[in-house]
Formats: sequence, C-alpha cells, structure tokens
Amino acid sequence: MRRLTWFNATSLTLGFAFLYIPMIVVIIYSFNESRLVTVWGGFSIKWYGELLQNEAFLDAAWVTFKVGFFSSIIATILGTMGAYVLVRGGRFYGRTLFSGMIYAPLVMPEVITGLSLLLLFISIGLDRGLFTIVLAHATFSMCYVSVVVSSRLVSFDRSVEEAALDLGCTPFEAFRLVTLPIIAPAVISGWLLALTLSLDDLVIASFVAGPSATTLPIKVFSSIRLGVSPEINALSTILIGLVTIGTIAASLTTKRAVMRRRREEQMAEQAG
Amino acid sequence: MDRHRRHRVGKLMNLRRFSLIAVPYVWLLGLFLVPFLIVFKISLSDIALSIPPYTPTLELSEGWAGFRDFLSQLDFENFEFLATDDLYWKSYLSSVQIALISTLICLAIGFPIAYGMANAPREWQPTLMLLVILPFWTSFLIRVYSLIGILSQEGMLNQFLMWIGLINAPLTILNTNIAVYIGIVYTYVPFMILPIYATLTKLDGSLLEAAEDLGCSRTEAFWRITVPLSKAGIIAGCFLVFIPALGEFVIPSLLGGSETLMIGKVLYEEFFANRDWPVAGAVAVILLLILIIPIVLYQRNEQKMMDADT
Repeated sequence: MRRLTWFNATSLTLGFAFLYIPMIVVIIYSFNESRLVTVWGGFSIKWYGELLQNEAFLDAAWVTFKVGFFSSIIATILGTMGAYVLVRGGRFYGRTLFSGMIYAPLVMPEVITGLSLLLLFISIGLDRGLFTIVLAHATFSMCYVSVVVSSRLVSFDRSVEEAALDLGCTPFEAFRLVTLPIIAPAVISGWLLALTLSLDDLVIASFVAGPSATTLPIKVFSSIRLGVSPEINALSTILIGLVTIGTIAASLTTKRAVMRRRREEQMAEQAG
Repeated sequence: MDRHRRHRVGKLMNLRRFSLIAVPYVWLLGLFLVPFLIVFKISLSDIALSIPPYTPTLELSEGWAGFRDFLSQLDFENFEFLATDDLYWKSYLSSVQIALISTLICLAIGFPIAYGMANAPREWQPTLMLLVILPFWTSFLIRVYSLIGILSQEGMLNQFLMWIGLINAPLTILNTNIAVYIGIVYTYVPFMILPIYATLTKLDGSLLEAAEDLGCSRTEAFWRITVPLSKAGIIAGCFLVFIPALGEFVIPSLLGGSETLMIGKVLYEEFFANRDWPVAGAVAVILLLILIIPIVLYQRNEQKMMDADT
C-alpha cells in the first residue's frame, strides 16, 4: 500500500544526510592522527588518551555529572508534584498563575532565565557555584517533567484511582500503589529529559556558575571559541556514542513493553 | 469512623493537599517569578559604580519612606536609551528576520522529510523516527561544533563545492550570517519534523483516494487536502523553531561574525562585557514583550490541537 516514491526517497536521503554528515565527520576526524583537523594523517586513538589525561575536562565532566544527578532528581520530584497539582489538584487560589509558571519557562529564552536567576542569587547574597547551578537546572527542568507527566495523567482512566479509594486506600496509598505505577514510564522519561537538559545546558549555567564550578559545556564552549580541536572531536564522539546507545536502548525497551502489553491483552481477551 | 476522627483525617488531607500544592508553587514563585520581577526592577534602575552595579537598591530597613524613595528613583530611562541607540533596535529587527527566515527554511526542508517519513513503509517508521530523535537528544553544543569544521575555509563544504567545480576559490561561510542560518536550520529542523510527522500520520488516506477518484491530480490533492489537514502541525513546528531561535545565543556567537546582530548575544555582552545590568535588564524585558505574541499564538494552536483530538 505504502510505497516509497522517488520524491520521498530523495527527500529522506538528503534530509538525513544533512542531519548526520556533520556528526559523522566529527566522529571520523576524532580518529585522525594529525593535529591538523583538515588533513587525514592516519588512524589513531591518541586524542582519546589525551582527553582522558586532561584534568580540566575531567573535573568539568564530574561537576556536570553531579549537577545533572541532583538537579534531575529534584526536577522529577517537583515536576511530578506539579503535574499532579495541575491535573488532579482541583481549584485553588492562584491556579492560573501556577499553570502559567509551569509553561512559561518552556518558551523562555535561556538568556533571560539565566540573567534573572543570576540577579536573584546576587540579590539574596548566595555564593555562585555547584548549588546555584543545581537550583537553576532543577527549576527549568521541572517544568518539562510536569508537561511530560501531566500528559500521561490526563490520558489514564481515573476510575482505577477512585476504586482504590473506595476500597479503603488513603489518597497517598492510592497514589503510591495505583497512580505511580501507571505514570512511571512518563516519570522516567521526564527524568531522562531533565538529565539531558541539565547535561546539555550552556547558557543558563554560564550565567549562574561561579568561578568555582565549571561544567563541561562551559569548558567545551570556551575551547571551541579557539577553533576545532581533535580533543573536542574525541569528546564529541564519546558523547554522541553514549546518546546513541541510550536512545536505541530506550526505544527497544519501550518496543518490548508495548509488545508485552499487546500479548497480555490478547491473552486476557482469549481468557475472557 | 467517629466524627472526631473523620475531622482529623480531613484536616490531615487538607494539610497534605496544601503542601502538595505549596512546594512546587513556592519553588516556582521564588525561582521563576521573583527573579523575573528583579530583572524588571533593575531595568528601571540606573547604572552605578558599586556592588551591585546599579542604583537604587531597596533598603527595607528604612521602612515605608525608604520604599517610596526607592520607587521615585525608578524610571524608563533605559528603555528610552534602547529606542534611541540604533544598535538595539537593529539587533531586534535582525533577530526577528534571522528567526523568521530560518523558520521558513526549516519548513521547506522539514516538511518533505516528515512527508517522506509518513509515507515510508510502516516497518521503517520506528527507525526513521529514531533517526530524527537522535539528533534531538545529542548535545546542542556538539551539533553546532560539528558545523564549524564543515563550514570553515578549508572545510568539507568548500572542498566539495570546489571538487564538483561549482566554485574556484573557497567561500567564506563561517562567521557570516549564512553560517547562522545553516546553524539554526541544522539544530532546529527536528522540532519542525516531529509535529508535522505527527499530524501527517493521523491523516486519513482514504480522503486522498476519494479526491483522486473525483478527478483531482496528485499535486492538487496534496495542496487541497494534505497541507490544510497538517496545518496544526506546521504551525506548531514553526513556533517551536521561531521562539527559541529568536533568543539564540550559542549559534550566533560560535558561527556568526561581527556583522551578526542577535539580541541574545547583545544581552549577554551587555551584561558580562559592559557590566551594564540595567540595560541588559531592559533588553530582556523587551525581548520578552516581542515573544509574548508568538507564545500566545502557539498556546492557542496547541489548545486547538488538543480540542481536535478529544
């Protein structure tokens, strides 16, 4: 029924070539022996070795990891709470303001978010460093988590929750035993999104980071400004590799979960 | 359950509900709304050689008189300055222009890709989807970086163009506005593809068959059925590209040159290089005012899409 016309095949090929050639070039040149980034000097993995000995990069990577770890956990908890309040919270004073504050950071330019948080930290006299980056990242990522989780909360059948309440669960038990398992996939993807956003963020971090805490994107940005370098190529290759493995693993897991659910549904139908 | 206990449980529930609402609420108030009000306040202040580098600062210890005094010192001077200095309004105009043109290029490139994906054999679609999502999860900074090597004087693009004989000498692409356009299109095109693809897969194929049976040519059916029915996805994609592109900082500062005026970069430099916090605040306030129109339109489109789904 569906066939690939000549036009569609061309647009897909050109489109994906456009998306992937730059990254593939970076990956290829990360294995280049020569320091000159335009001349191929033979295969070598020496830049990976240099990268692993570069203290500044390793320190920055460790800071980034810590920030991502803490901020994504805070963002997941706050974001799930926020989603629950938005979808199940009923009416309360200032609800419109609350949903506005959940959605606004998604479209706020990063420079403004960064500037405003920095001015806040200065005016309350908070020393800039790891802690302020965690606060900043948790704040904007929680909004993304809220959006992801609330779309799942909206779509699921509320009567199972009500049944749990009727059968004597306290609201908290109903949440823990019924709601949470159902929304868990959304909470996990929200957490992954929060983690990626945090690991990736340059602009907000460069506003709120003090001299004591340099994240990997800040470090990479300042060395990119000096031009293309084989170490950055090696670092990019590692990061692209991690993301590729993660994305493929995530899609395989969801695929398997969907297949399992379909099988269970079929079995239930046959049994019934 | 006796009445007394029920009363206590009710009270506990109220307390739980209250704290469930209060925790994210207070967090967002303190770390989103208040910071923004501070920006607004500083945009009305004057630059000063002190720490912090602006005046007046609010002295709560002086009580009501201090607050009145503080208010009387605020003015719109910085906004007047922005209006008279042509650097700023030129940057706003050129940001809007760059964001707008990049959005249109994204649409021109993204629509055929989304269309090709939606019409590809069904068993390919998860893989194609994965191929669009993968760049989306990959570090933004690294994707911009990967373009630097391609676009430079000795880069692959120039070598390729010279190899096929289109040009004789390398072109200067990096550090020009052209590189900024390429950078924005390259990094944001997945945001265009995904919503359009989502609406195209929902499209009922029998409509197209009916149109062809009734004598429409393929192209006519495309323009009269496919395009109008994917309008919501097109609009969503356009805003998802336009809104972040307008305040973009990384792309103009890495790929652009001295001729590139984008407001995100101006704000950053005003704050860090010139240390003029009040002007940086005013620049931010106006950028937000410009963004309110597309944001409201985008929200309305999302609402319409949600209503159409239910």
